[in-house]
Amino acid sequence: MAKILVFTELHGTHVKGVTLEILGKLSGHTVEIATIGKFPTEAATELAKFGAAKIHSLAGANLDKYSPEGYSNALHGFISKGAYDYVFAGATSLGKDLLPRLATKFDAGMASEVTNFTMEGDKFFGTRPLFAGKCFAKVELSGPKPHFVTVRPNALGLNPNPTSGAAAASDSTVDAGAMKAIIQEILKGASEKLDLTEANIIVSGGRAMKEAANFKILDELANVIGATVGASRAAVDSGFAPHAMQVGQTGKTVAPTLYIACGISGAIQHLAGMRTSKVIVAINTDPDAPIFTKADYGIVGDLFQIVPLLTQEFKNLLGK
Amino acid sequence: MNIYVCVKQVPDTETKIIPNADGTFIETGSIKWIMNPYDEFAVEQALLVQAANAGSTVTVLRVGSVKDTEALRTAMAMGADDAFLVEAADNLDSYSIAKALKGAISKSGKNPDLILTGKQAIDDDCLQVPQILATMLDIPSVSVVVEYSGSTTDIVVKREIEGGALEVYGVKLPAMIACNKGINTPRYASLPGIMKAKKKPLVVLSLAEVSVVESDRRVKYSHFQLPPEKPSGKKFDATDSAKMGGVVKEVVGLLRTEAKVI
Ligand SMILES: Cc1cc2nc3c(=O)[nH]c(=O)nc-3n(C[C@H](O)[C@H](O)[C@H](O)COP(=O)(O)OP(=O)(O)OC[C@H]3O[C@@H](n4cnc5c(N)ncnc54)[C@H](O)[C@@H]3O)c2cc1C
Repeated sequence: MAKILVFTELHGTHVKGVTLEILGKLSGHTVEIATIGKFPTEAATELAKFGAAKIHSLAGANLDKYSPEGYSNALHGFISKGAYDYVFAGATSLGKDLLPRLATKFDAGMASEVTNFTMEGDKFFGTRPLFAGKCFAKVELSGPKPHFVTVRPNALGLNPNPTSGAAAASDSTVDAGAMKAIIQEILKGASEKLDLTEANIIVSGGRAMKEAANFKILDELANVIGATVGASRAAVDSGFAPHAMQVGQTGKTVAPTLYIACGISGAIQHLAGMRTSKVIVAINTDPDAPIFTKADYGIVGDLFQIVPLLTQEFKNLLGK
Repeated sequence: MNIYVCVKQVPDTETKIIPNADGTFIETGSIKWIMNPYDEFAVEQALLVQAANAGSTVTVLRVGSVKDTEALRTAMAMGADDAFLVEAADNLDSYSIAKALKGAISKSGKNPDLILTGKQAIDDDCLQVPQILATMLDIPSVSVVVEYSGSTTDIVVKREIEGGALEVYGVKLPAMIACNKGINTPRYASLPGIMKAKKKPLVVLSLAEVSVVESDRRVKYSHFQLPPEKPSGKKFDATDSAKMGGVVKEVVGLLRTEAKVI
C-alpha cells in the first residue's frame, strides 16, 4: 500500500470536486490531504466521507494568495517530512502550475493531467490523452520519490461507494521562503461561474452566434442547467467572446458530463478540446457538419430557434 | 539583455496520428511538423523585448530530432539571432527536456536575463517544462502569461487563471515567462527574413554534451493507441418549425432518462 498525499485548493467552504474524485479512486490506500489555509468543517466532513485518513491545514506568512515560489517552498518543506510515495492534485490552473515545480525540487517525475489511473500494489499506472486526444497512452513514473500526478477534473467521476476515513485534523506551520515573483493583485474575470476546465456542463457557441450580444441566449440556457459558457475559436477571433472562453487545441481542454455545441462545425482543433466529454449534443443547420459524427444527440436546425426551446424545456423539467 | 526562447516542434494540428507498431510512440514518418503555436508568442515577445532594449540578443533553443529544423529556422526568419538544437528522440520526457535546455543555455556561454516559451506544447500538453527549467535554474517564473511590460531588471506580467481572472506579478529578472495567446500577435517571417535565417548560426549538440543520460527519464509512455470509436449517436431533424418543439422535448427527455446527465 502506498502512502499518498492529495493537495487540494479550497473553493469557499468546500474542496474542489476533483479532490473527491481522486480520493474515491484511491479508496483502500492511506490518503492524507493538505491545503494551504484552514479546512472548514463542511470540507472536513466531505473528505472523511471519501476516505481521508488525515487532513493537514497549512499556514505561514505570505501564503494568503497563490504564488509559484511561496507555495512550492512551503509544500516542499511539508512534504519532505512525510515520506510520501505519491502526491496528487487536480489539473486546475494552480495544480498545473505548482506540481512541476514541486516535483523538480524532489528531482522527481510527474504525470500531467491523467484521465484515469490504477494503483497496482504501490505502483501507479496512468492513462492520458496525447496529441490533442487523437491517441491515448499509458504513463509510468520512475526515479526519486515522491512521484507527482495531476488528474483532469470530471474524468474519474465520483466513487459511489467510498470507504470512509477518520480525517483527523492537524495544523502545521510552513515557510514560503524568499520570493522574486511577487503577486500584487488579482483582477476579476468576466465570469464568476465554475471554470470551463472544471464545469460539469458546458454550452458553447460558434461563428454562427453572429455577434457577442447573441451569447445571451446561451447564458440563459446555462443559468437554467448550471452550465459554463464556452466558445469556438472562430467566435473568439470574431470578437464574440474572450479567449478565456475558447475550447480547443489552442484554448481549454474540457471534459464535462454534458457538452452542448451550438453553431459549431466540429473542426479537428475544436474536437481536440472537447472530444472526451461524456455526452455531446450538437445543434447545427448543416446536416453534414462534422460535429454530428461526434454527437450523441444531434439536432439539425437553427440554434436561434432551438436554444430558447431547450431553455424552456429544461425549465419545465427542472421545475424552474 | 540575453534573451532565450525555447521552442518545440510538434505535429501540425491537422495531422493524422497513428500509433507505431509496438505502441511505444506514434508513426513520425509522414508527419508535417510545425513550431508549437504557443511558442510563436514567445518568439514574438522576445523580439519585442529586444527591440525595446538596444544591444539585446535573442537565442532560440530546441530539443528534438534533427531531421527537420523548421521551428528553429522559422524563429530565426522572424528575427532571432542564433539557435541551438539538442538532438534527441521526439518522445523525451519533460524533465530530460528541461535538463537539456539548461545544458544548452550553459553551453551558449551567456547568462540569461529572460527565458521565454509557450505555456504548453500541443503534442503532449504536459505544461511542465517552463516550471521545471525555472526550478532547475533557481529563477522565478510565471506561466500562462497574457500581458508583459517592464525594464531590463523588473517586469510586470499578468497570468490567466480560472474564469479569465488575472494574477498580476512583479518579477525580478532573470526570470522564465511562459506565454499564452493574447500576449501579442506573432509576426510572419518576411521573405528576406527567411533568406537571412539560412545563414544564421545553428549549433547542434548531443544529449551527452548537455549531460542528459537515460536515467534522467522520469516519465515512460507505452501502449499508444487510438481512442475508442464512439458508437454513432441519434440525429433529429428540427428544420421544420412544426417538429421543433417535439424534437427538443425528446432530446431533453433522453438526456434525463437515457444519458442520465440532467
Ligand atoms: C493551429 C490552429 C489552432 C486552432 N485552435 C482552435 C481551438 O482551440 N478551438 C477552436 O474552436 N478552433 C480552433 N482552430 C480553428 C478551427 O480550425 C475552426 O476554424 C474553428 O473551430 C471553427 O469554428 P466554428 O465551428 O465556430 O465556425 P465554422 O467552422 O464557421 O462553423 C460554423 C457552423 O455553424 C453552423 N451554423 C450556421 N448558422 C447556424 C444557425 N443559425 N444555427 C445552427 N448552426 C448554424 C454552420 O453550419 C457551421 O457548421 C484552430 C485552427 C488552427 C489552424
